[in-house]
Amino acid sequence: MRRLSLILCSIALLAQGPKYKLGHAPSDADVSKTDIFIAPDGKGLPPGKGTAFDAKETYSRRCARCHGTQGQGDQEGPLVGGKDSLKSAKPLKTVGSFWPHSTTLYDYIRRAMPFDNPGLLDANQTYAVTALILHWNGIIGEKDVIDATTLPKVKMPNRDGFVKDERPDTGAKAKKK
Amino acid sequence: MKPNPRRRFLQLAPIAALAGCAAKPDEKTEDEKLPSMVGAPIRAYGERSPHDKTKRLVPDLKRPQLGSTRTPLADTEGIITPAGLHFERHHAGVPDIDPAKHSLLIHGLVDRPLVFSMAELKRLPSESRIHFIECSGNSGGEWKAPGGPDAARSCGLASCSEWTGVSLKVLLDEAGLKKEGKWLLAEGADACKMFRSLPIEKCLADCFVAYAQNGEALRPEQGFPLRLMVPGYEGNVCVKWLRQIKVVDVPYQSREETSHYTDLLPDGTARQFSFVVDAKSIITSPSGGQKMNGAGFHEIRGLAWSGRGRIDRVDVSTDGGKTWAKATLQEPRLSMAFTRFRMPWQWDGQPVEIMSRAVDESGYVQPTREELVAARGVNSQYHYNGIKSWKIESDGSVKGA
Repeated sequence: MRRLSLILCSIALLAQGPKYKLGHAPSDADVSKTDIFIAPDGKGLPPGKGTAFDAKETYSRRCARCHGTQGQGDQEGPLVGGKDSLKSAKPLKTVGSFWPHSTTLYDYIRRAMPFDNPGLLDANQTYAVTALILHWNGIIGEKDVIDATTLPKVKMPNRDGFVKDERPDTGAKAKKK
Repeated sequence: MKPNPRRRFLQLAPIAALAGCAAKPDEKTEDEKLPSMVGAPIRAYGERSPHDKTKRLVPDLKRPQLGSTRTPLADTEGIITPAGLHFERHHAGVPDIDPAKHSLLIHGLVDRPLVFSMAELKRLPSESRIHFIECSGNSGGEWKAPGGPDAARSCGLASCSEWTGVSLKVLLDEAGLKKEGKWLLAEGADACKMFRSLPIEKCLADCFVAYAQNGEALRPEQGFPLRLMVPGYEGNVCVKWLRQIKVVDVPYQSREETSHYTDLLPDGTARQFSFVVDAKSIITSPSGGQKMNGAGFHEIRGLAWSGRGRIDRVDVSTDGGKTWAKATLQEPRLSMAFTRFRMPWQWDGQPVEIMSRAVDESGYVQPTREELVAARGVNSQYHYNGIKSWKIESDGSVKGA
C-alpha cells in the first residue's frame, strides 16, 4: 500500500514537472530588478519616506509642467478636485474623487512618471510626491509621513465606489429565446 | 488624378490624323504600351500599390505617443485587418526592442520561476488563431453624442488579425502554477511599463502570448516582439511588448484598472474588471462619408463581432429600424473574431436610414443606444456597443446618425 502511494505520488510529481524544459531559472537579482509591482496591501513598497511638505521642489521641477502648479491640471487632466461629482452630469475623476487605492499612486508614479523620463524619482521623492497629491486632495496632512507602512493604511474617499461587472445588462430579450 | 491614357489617346488621335502621319510600325500607341511595358523589378518585401492610399485615421495630438489611431473599417475587406491598418493605442509610445535581448519572465506564485528568450518561446508548441481586438473606449463618443460621422471615427478602435504564439497554459504549466495563484499581472516593456491584472481562469482557458500577426512578426506598434492575447476581452489587457508575468493572489489595482477602463454608472459607482466585449456590428458600406453612386443595386456590407463567442446572426434594417432582414454571414464564422456580413439591396434613391444588429451564440442581441443609456447612463465612457445607423440622403451622401 505504501509502495503504491509512493508510485502515485511520483506520478503526480512528474505530471506537475516541466514538460518541455525550455527557459531557465532567473536569478533573484533579475526578479527583484524587474518586479516593481505594488500590491494593494503595500507588498512591494520599497524603503524610504516622504511628506507633502518635502515634495514641493520635486513636484515643481518634475510634475507641474503637465499637471499644473497645484495639481489642478494643465497639459494633463487635474489630479485634485471632483469631490462628490461622480453622480453629476460632469463627473471629474481624479485621485481624490475616484482612485480606490493609495498604493496605485506610488506604483504608477514610480513606473510611469515623469512621462518623458520614467524612473527619474528616487523612493523618497516618489513617497513625497505621493503624499503631496494625497494632501492636495485633503486625504492626509502636509507633514504626515508616507512610507511602506503608512501608505497602504490611507483610505481613499472612493475606496468602496467600485462594483462588479453586471453585464450583460442589455440584450436580455434574446437570452430567453 | 492621373489622366486616363485612353482619353489622352482619343484626344491626340484626330491631331495625328490631321497631320497625316500614322504611327510608325515599331511605335506602340499608349493603349498598346500598357500591358506589355516592362514593369518594376523584383523586391525583397512587397509594398502596396502607390495608388492604394488607405491609411489609419491619425488624430492631431499634442503627444502622439499617448493616443490612438483608428482602422479605416470602411476601406477594408473580409475579416482580416492588414497589420499596417490595425488600430493602435499607446500609453507611452512604441518602444524599439531588439528581440535577441527581449525575454519573458514568469514568476510569483509558481513552483519554478522561468525566463524565456524569444527563441525559446518559438520552440514551444505554437498555435494560430484569428481574433478581433477592440479597445473598450471604441465608440465612446457615442455615449454623449451619437452620430460619429464615419466608420473609422465611430468604430475604428477595432481590428482583426491572425495571431500566432504559445498558449499561456503551456507557459504556466512549465512554471508550475501554485493553487494560491488566482490572478496574473501582465506587464509591458514600454516606457510606462503598463500592466493589467487578469483572472487566472481566463488565462488558462484561451490566452496566449503572440509573436506573429498575419503570418509575419508583430509590428512594433502591435507589441513587437511579444504581446499577450486575451480573446474577447477589452484590448487594453492584450498587453504589448510583454516582458513579465507575475502570478499573484489578488488583482493589484493598477492605474489602468482603476482610474481608467472602469465604467462609471449613474449612481456614482463604477464597474471594475469589465473585461468582456459585448456583441457589436457596423455597416461599413455604405457608411458615413461615402457617396452612393446612383440608385439601384448596392451590396450592404459590414462587420460583426462578440467577446462571448461566434456571431449567430446579423439583422439589417433599411427603413430606420422598422423591419429587419437577415444578412448573409461569410463563413467560417470564428469565435471572438470579425464576421463579415452582406446583404443585396436596391436603393430607390430616396432618403433612408440603414443599420445593423448582431446576435451572438450566447443569444445576446446588440442593443440600441437607448437601451444602453437606460442601463448605464451617459458617463460610462467604455464598452459602448449600441446599434449604429447611417442616413443616406437623396443626393447619395451618407452621414452618421
